[in-house]
Amino acid sequence: MFTGHRARKRTAYVLLVGAVTFALSTGGSAQAGYTRAAAKCGTVNLADNAWVGYEANLAVVAYVLKNNLGCKVVVKNISEEISWQGFQSGQVDAILENWGHEDLAKKYITTQKVAVDLGPTGNKGIIGWYVVPWMAKKYPDILNYKNLNKYASMFKNSESGSMGAFLDGDPSYVTNDEALIKNLKLNFKVIYTGSEAALITSFRAAEAQKKPMIGYFYEPQWFLAQVPLKHVTLPAYTPGCDADAKKVACDYPPYVLNKVARAKFMTSGSPAATVIKNFTWTNEDQNSVAKSLAVDKLSDDAAAKIWVTAHAAQVKAWIGK
Amino acid sequence: MSTTVLEKTPLKSEQSPKRKLSLTGRRSAFLSVFFLVFAIAFRGKATLPLDRSSLTGFQESLNSLSAWIDNNRDSNPFFTTFVNVVRNSIEWLVNFFQHGISQSGDSRIIPQIGWLGVVVIIGCVVYAISNFRMSLFAMSGFVVLGLLGFWQESMDTLVLTMAAVLLSLIIGIPLGVLAGLFPKFENFLTPALDFAQVMPTFVYLTPVTLFFLIGPASATIVTLIYAVPPALRITAVAIKEVPWSSVEAAVSMGSTRWQALRKVQLPQAKRTIVVGINQTIMAALSMVTIAALIDAPGLGQVVVRALESLDVGRSFQAGLGIVILAVVLDRSTTAAASKVDSGNIVNESRRSRKTILTVLGVIALLGILTSRIFSWAGAFPGSGLLGAKISTWVNNYVNWFQMHFVSITNDITNVVSYGLINPMQTLLTQSPWFITGLAFVGLSWIFGGKPLAAISTFCVLAIVGTGLWSDTMVTLASTLVAAIITVALGILVGTWIGRNKKADRWIRPILDAGQVLPAFVYLVPFLGLFGATRFTAIMAAVVYAAPASIKLMADGIRGVPATIIEAATAAGSSPWQMIIKVQIPSARRALALATNQGIIYVLAMIVVGGLVGAGGLGYLVVAGFSQENLKGKGLAAGLAIVLLGIMLDRITQAIAHKSSKGLSSAAH
Amino acid sequence: MSAPEPMISVRHLWKVFGSNPEKIIGSADAGLSRTELRAKTGNTIAVRDVSFDVAPGEVFVVMGLSGSGKSTLVRCMTRLIEPTHGELELEGEDILKADDKRLRELRRTRFSMVFQHFGLLPHREVIDNIAYSLEINGVGKEARHARANEVIDLVGLQGYAHAYPEQLSGGMQQRVGLARALAVDPQVLFLDEPFSALDPLIRRDMQAEVIRLHHELGKTMVFITHDLAEAVKLGDRIAIMRDGAVVQIGTPEQLVAEPADDYVANFVRDFPKSHVLTLRWIARPLADGEDLSGPVLLPTLSVRDAARQVLEAGTVARIMDGDKLLGVVGAQDILSVIAGASN
Repeated sequence: MFTGHRARKRTAYVLLVGAVTFALSTGGSAQAGYTRAAAKCGTVNLADNAWVGYEANLAVVAYVLKNNLGCKVVVKNISEEISWQGFQSGQVDAILENWGHEDLAKKYITTQKVAVDLGPTGNKGIIGWYVVPWMAKKYPDILNYKNLNKYASMFKNSESGSMGAFLDGDPSYVTNDEALIKNLKLNFKVIYTGSEAALITSFRAAEAQKKPMIGYFYEPQWFLAQVPLKHVTLPAYTPGCDADAKKVACDYPPYVLNKVARAKFMTSGSPAATVIKNFTWTNEDQNSVAKSLAVDKLSDDAAAKIWVTAHAAQVKAWIGK
Repeated sequence: MSTTVLEKTPLKSEQSPKRKLSLTGRRSAFLSVFFLVFAIAFRGKATLPLDRSSLTGFQESLNSLSAWIDNNRDSNPFFTTFVNVVRNSIEWLVNFFQHGISQSGDSRIIPQIGWLGVVVIIGCVVYAISNFRMSLFAMSGFVVLGLLGFWQESMDTLVLTMAAVLLSLIIGIPLGVLAGLFPKFENFLTPALDFAQVMPTFVYLTPVTLFFLIGPASATIVTLIYAVPPALRITAVAIKEVPWSSVEAAVSMGSTRWQALRKVQLPQAKRTIVVGINQTIMAALSMVTIAALIDAPGLGQVVVRALESLDVGRSFQAGLGIVILAVVLDRSTTAAASKVDSGNIVNESRRSRKTILTVLGVIALLGILTSRIFSWAGAFPGSGLLGAKISTWVNNYVNWFQMHFVSITNDITNVVSYGLINPMQTLLTQSPWFITGLAFVGLSWIFGGKPLAAISTFCVLAIVGTGLWSDTMVTLASTLVAAIITVALGILVGTWIGRNKKADRWIRPILDAGQVLPAFVYLVPFLGLFGATRFTAIMAAVVYAAPASIKLMADGIRGVPATIIEAATAAGSSPWQMIIKVQIPSARRALALATNQGIIYVLAMIVVGGLVGAGGLGYLVVAGFSQENLKGKGLAAGLAIVLLGIMLDRITQAIAHKSSKGLSSAAH
Repeated sequence: MSAPEPMISVRHLWKVFGSNPEKIIGSADAGLSRTELRAKTGNTIAVRDVSFDVAPGEVFVVMGLSGSGKSTLVRCMTRLIEPTHGELELEGEDILKADDKRLRELRRTRFSMVFQHFGLLPHREVIDNIAYSLEINGVGKEARHARANEVIDLVGLQGYAHAYPEQLSGGMQQRVGLARALAVDPQVLFLDEPFSALDPLIRRDMQAEVIRLHHELGKTMVFITHDLAEAVKLGDRIAIMRDGAVVQIGTPEQLVAEPADDYVANFVRDFPKSHVLTLRWIARPLADGEDLSGPVLLPTLSVRDAARQVLEAGTVARIMDGDKLLGVVGAQDILSVIAGASN
């Protein structure tokens, strides 16, 4: 189509159309918008990690930044790993919920000094072993790890061979389950389902079909509002008992979920930095917003608005007024 | 009885093919027996297991490599100049398109060209490259995208796809031409292309963002890596297919090689090159959801986010949008290919073509202007009610289905897992690595001689070198089961639709959907039905791979020469006898090709399988993507997948080649 | 030449391709030319009201140019293509009414077909190709291989039983096709231009084969060709087709001596009459000055074969059918035929 004399005329026409289009599209852009506040706040780059709890944090913080401070909020949907990497490249200003990740903290906070720990979000993460509710009701003693071997054969499935199946989820959540099973001498095998979706679906199906299931889970999580999984007690956590990953024989420590931000962003004087630094709330807060998002299927802004309107004073405190 | 001198005397120097085939058959049988005996005799020894969280020395070194890249990213001149230049140019290109049709510019709420303008432009462009019916089809497809409530996201996806495709063609076609002309160059490129197509994207997602930062550049590059190989390879084939006699004729009339290229080879290769463009677009679209993991905007984002809350309906809604985009682009480019083929120049006069293009240009301009002036023509009206309805309906249907069929599906899972997957996996993981390795090398030697045996030896040793032999065997077991199911489907369904035109018409769109619908969309329903198991991973792989197998087999069945069918009918064959004794054996080459392609497609789903319980290498790649200290292991897993893929691909290709040896005279 | 009951009986056979085939038959449109009919109704008449009988043991040749409908006709006769209208009987059995099962049975046991492009199964050895019909009829391996070997000997393929089709030349492949057709010992053999795809020399050899097989086995054959020389060589009777209709049926001599119309006359014009015409046709009454002292020649002798004797005799030859004198033939008569004078 683009060779030959006739075709050259064709090409000319196409180019003409393209040029006119281009001219039209770059002409006449009127300025409008938040000139006043924009100069004060500017652009804020927030990471968005792929679990609903994080979404809840993000929804509320972004809402406040946009509506109360007039910031331009840019959200980046990326994994935790890449979020931390963004501190180094300057593309991410803040992570609004961080679960541990000591290795990343060491790399970016301690060694490279491009990030700072902004302290707790107020949410406490409880990682642990959970069983489906119907089992807890029928066999109350299953909630203590010492009795698990008694029921191990019930948990057998097509993936676990002759042992009971213990399900793990998203690999970005560091787990000690293999070591725990070995060291507590339990007759189970860890099945790596590979994603949170797989884990949640499995729990949900197990409860619905009254099938046995035990696996790794955590609070706060919106799913627990739908299916209230029951926590299994392991030997209590004591500081240092998980120092050697291979010898762990105790429960998970409670996670103090924290916020991490880009060092240069925090010193930039942006009012957004203050809000993010001051942002705290409780597990219940997060669960309620998470439910609006996941179960009621509201948009981020709609869900955030409900909560922000109900907690105006708290929001004011974040802004620092 | 005259066997005159003019007749061939068979059985001269070359052995009868049957003897050869039964030789390979006998050798393969012997090899299998050898393997089984030794595998079982020495089971449990030298199986090279590796703890989930442990790393071998090699994997540790990969960790250090990525750390080094991390640290030197800002200082090393290579990174700062070359990488930045590339990144900036790609970003400029993508932003240009984006401001045009999708994202809000800095200050306008609607993009420069509103939805009406885009639809009209699409209509004009598609009309210019094919025909009116196709342009109507394309325009309605785009309107449906808006009705689903995803106009903005669809445009984002379109922009990224187009940018990636454009760049892929700019890189791929010239290189493809060179590869077509110079076989040595092609041989040089082939390993790199194999790598690019088989290496799971997950593996290089993080490194790419490291270099090219989060943004359109990374998303485009990630898509590029996957989309360039088809453009390149198909262009090379196109050039090679041009009969040498045409070139000879041109050269004998005094053309230079360059003139011959421009005036003879390229025009004749045009149709196949357009097919290559079609395949490039399809490859680019298949990257949409993965690119969303590094913040690429568009429909992929919607899918990934919907999955967080397990909202199957919404993810299906977005997946449907991707399918519509794919179908529109696919059919348009295919129609363009046949138009090129049929010599449009003959039918249209110079003048009428010029007029048509001018008129189209004016219409397009009008569309653009209208969309800028009127707000109803700018941002897509309505709130996507159609989309919401579809979403709810899908969710309800999935729940209903799950409630009623879950016991059956669970039984199927168990039967296949205990009966097929477990034995295969036990056999492979429990035999000593060198026994299994020898089996591979032996198989390669039987079907491909020494060169293939050498490649397989290298691959086997390299896999052992990655430290992931045991996990590779786990993955191989699932891959083989998926391949078996895929090929079985290929034969059954392919034969059926190959013989039955009506069936072909309504099955084909289902096959297309299976190839294009993002796996993430049907993963959650599968999880509900089959649990987080290897079987689910296998099912997901089958959904993706079976369509290709089926299409190839159907094509093979249809390609059986009519004379043979006639002769067999005249001899009194019943339909069943026709299928078993005539059609399937005659389509042996297609069957081998269907197996080869089936395995390749299954391999492409290994990582997705890791997200739903497949374990093995797929899980390791995902884990490496998410955990800092497992990065090296994830990279090693990616390498193992590539090595496994290359080995399986070459072996099945060799089997395909061998089986077609007896069929070169298809009695014409 | 009429047997008590014909082996094959074709009556008013029609084949019309298109959307409303049945309607065309008997309507006024049937009289239109092919292009006109296609333009008007979108249908094409491939076989037009064809009727003929084939006697047992006869080699019946259907001849015509491309597009004459001969290939369609032979396929209608085995129902590879379903006729639109007409009657078709094999030894008195109505073939058109046979259900699928009976049809398959007929195909497996009563008649066979040899194709222009051989139609061999490329993935099977020669012996398994030949045994195919027996195999699908449920004959055991030993039995069918034994029979196949018999036929291999018959057609001259000794030593090639375990070769593959792609290793054989065209002529050999067609022998396999022939063998396959003969393996079931059919009553009728249909041959659709079996030698058109072969080189001329091979073609000659294969024609000789067919003649020999016919002498040895006496099978009824329906032979399709576009080559007049082949038709004359092989055929007991020839049917000439044009535009789907049969123009003339007759022995070779009848066609050459008494062409039914200009088309046939044109067809046979270039064919050396002397090879076909027998003395019966040119025998004439005794003329003045001739006596009956010359040699006696059979009326079935062809002019060419008789030429030498008549020319050397010096006088007219007597053509005798038993005791009856049919006429005389002189050198002048011979030469005028050989020189190809027009009638």
